[in-house]
Amino acid sequence: MAERKISVMDSVRKASQSVIAGVDEKDIKHWVEIYIMGKAYKVPADLTIMQAMEYAGYRLVRSCGCRAGFCGACSTVYRKKGEYKLQTAMACQTRVEDGMFLVQIPFSPAEKPLYDIKKVKYEPFVLLKYFPEISRCLSCNTCTKSCPQDLQVMDYVQAALKGDFKAIAEDSFECIQCGLCAIRCPAEIVQYHMAQFAMRMYGRYGTLRDKNVEKRIREIEKGEFDKEFDRVMNLSMDELKKVYTEQQNTREVY
Amino acid sequence: MAELKFIGGYPVYMRESIKLVEKTRPKRIGKLLPQMTSRERVDILNLCHPDYAPGGKRALKIGPNRGDVVPNEVADLFEAYPLIDPDKIDLSKVDYEMDILIVGGGLAGTSAALLANDNGIPTERILLANKLRHGDANSMMAQGGTQAADRANDSPVLHYIDAIGGGHFTNKPDVLRALVEDAPGVIKWLEGLGALFDKNDDGTFVELTGGGTSRRRLHACADYTGLEELRVIRDEFRNRDIPVLEFYPAVELLTDEENKVVGAILWNMETEEYKIVKSKATVLATGGFGRLHIRGFPTTNHYGATYDGPVMAYRTGAKLRDPDTVQYHPTGAAYPQQIIGLLLTEKLRTSGAQPVNKNGEEFVFPLEPRDVEAASFIRECYIRNNGITTPTGMKGIWLDTPLIDILSGKGKTEKAFPAMVRMFKRFGIDMIKDPVLVFPTLHYQNGGVETDPQGSTNVKGLFVAGEVSGGVHGKNRLMGNSTLDCMVFGRRAGMHSAEYVKEGVKVGKLGFKHVEKYIQELKSAGIKTDRRAPLLLPDYRGKAVLARAIDIF
Repeated sequence: MAERKISVMDSVRKASQSVIAGVDEKDIKHWVEIYIMGKAYKVPADLTIMQAMEYAGYRLVRSCGCRAGFCGACSTVYRKKGEYKLQTAMACQTRVEDGMFLVQIPFSPAEKPLYDIKKVKYEPFVLLKYFPEISRCLSCNTCTKSCPQDLQVMDYVQAALKGDFKAIAEDSFECIQCGLCAIRCPAEIVQYHMAQFAMRMYGRYGTLRDKNVEKRIREIEKGEFDKEFDRVMNLSMDELKKVYTEQQNTREVY
Repeated sequence: MAELKFIGGYPVYMRESIKLVEKTRPKRIGKLLPQMTSRERVDILNLCHPDYAPGGKRALKIGPNRGDVVPNEVADLFEAYPLIDPDKIDLSKVDYEMDILIVGGGLAGTSAALLANDNGIPTERILLANKLRHGDANSMMAQGGTQAADRANDSPVLHYIDAIGGGHFTNKPDVLRALVEDAPGVIKWLEGLGALFDKNDDGTFVELTGGGTSRRRLHACADYTGLEELRVIRDEFRNRDIPVLEFYPAVELLTDEENKVVGAILWNMETEEYKIVKSKATVLATGGFGRLHIRGFPTTNHYGATYDGPVMAYRTGAKLRDPDTVQYHPTGAAYPQQIIGLLLTEKLRTSGAQPVNKNGEEFVFPLEPRDVEAASFIRECYIRNNGITTPTGMKGIWLDTPLIDILSGKGKTEKAFPAMVRMFKRFGIDMIKDPVLVFPTLHYQNGGVETDPQGSTNVKGLFVAGEVSGGVHGKNRLMGNSTLDCMVFGRRAGMHSAEYVKEGVKVGKLGFKHVEKYIQELKSAGIKTDRRAPLLLPDYRGKAVLARAIDIF
């Protein structure tokens, strides 16, 4: 029995070896050539840009965060050999391609206005008050084209000019604040800070509050569950296990 | 070898198996296998859960938890020498003198800063130090939701019972009670700060269940829950202008003559210069350990999840709780190669996606507690040989995601799981039409530095919050209780460290006595190694390059 358990774990370890400890050159079938800040490196073709940089020998400190497309740390700019187009990507979510000339953006300098959400008035004009540079928007759509999340960035900047908090919140909700739009914007707008402000304002003032949660907080404060807690916390282990099983049998599914 | 032919992101041979999944799909709709009995759960865990299978753990040789069994990768870090040489650090020049130092800026650390400030600590007396950027944390990657028992058919007591059963009855009762009783307050706090939770037209929250959760009580922001929660409270933090350092990990804590924790040594990752922070209280909110790749598993975790907090705390004498248990999330991506190990939220299963094997057959109730669900996937792949093998040798089972749209209407998947749909689309797969391949992935550090309901530890001046701590989840955490843990105990640690400071703390002479003592213990235990800790970052550099590297500067 014990032997089989060990061998299962060994098989699991072996199966994911290529992700954790890297691959041996002899096992690689497909290669591409990429240029990291101008230097050429031959790397396996099935890696992300981030994994390829590591394979090439870079130990990342900047430009590497969650490695899963949620944090916006690994903003990357690249041009492919023979192409005029400057492209943007998240290094952790983009496969390497032959002939990529790439560089990472380690930091995006951006001013953020400070505000007190409890005191700001929820009115359309407030967006322009805190982010006057949105009025400089040229409608060139460069922000939208540079967004690695494929958000309609220019649309929400335009919505901001109209003071439409709901539209901004919906269009920018999936923003990971990588900063690529702001770096590319010829009007020097910091789109993601504006969107953050608008989302919070919409969340606080533009949506209905949940009543159940407030009721429950009052019940807890009044100690309405104390008796039941005392009972459950004093059950013997066997009794507690029984209570748990019974509760699981009454579960809501979906 | 012939070139592989791909259709819709999958090689042709995997397509054959997808056809079988499609064939059985109509019969599976609305029909689920029964949940396992307690006995069956114990049996499958013993059979093939990585935490239970032999060969992965050893007893600690030194420190407050000497004799306790922990994963080898964890023991390696406790049985390692410090990064700094205490004799070479000049403690006479203090760079920052603070009331509260917070190490780690995810949901827990950021909440702690806000609540310390709310409770009378001026902003300029708080310092938040981050290893990477403020917000670089597992928190940011949380997808599924945050539990809070706020519906009429639910109660904090039911939440408590679910969590303690899910944790195999090993949770610390008073700490768990604090978690469930604070939960509705946390949701209201976020709502007031402007977080955009999924809501119905009447303003009530859309709530779902999770594995081992008997009532619908998960509050979500699509599948970007952690991102939304963190960016909201981080924005609030920034508006208050609280001092923050980025790319400045703590590499050792400081103690005084009474062995109180009185600050830390920070290290500038770029210039390599150290800075000395003297503080009356220190809150550790450094997160978890996914990047240790325990038992060789891929991970869902952030780049910086390297167990730094417990390593530093242990040297000051802090006790650990449940350091032996690791949570493997059942549904990590197993294909394509570029995203192996990344998280596919449990919410996919609560929304109707079923796990099925290579023949399109169901083999487990989709919402068992995570450890049980994960073990059943491992059994299906490696004992029953019903998994699907990828071109690079990974094995996995199908998560039948097209069921979500079938059950809840067209467009549901895209609306509820924009991050998941986007991730697969980037690699040529449409999860609305096709199932996705999954295998358990290293997800969460269940235990850690033992905490009490206030976020205090057995070491004076040292507070903990979030994944770094141990006790609240026992030996297995339920979905939706991690972001909750971060905010409940981040807030509590912030509040209580503020109280601790306000009661009057006399900081003695800054020193490294605890480190010197620890080094002595390592030596007396006969531990000869060149391992040094904390680890700070994993190293994924190519082997061929490392073999030829010369260390010049």
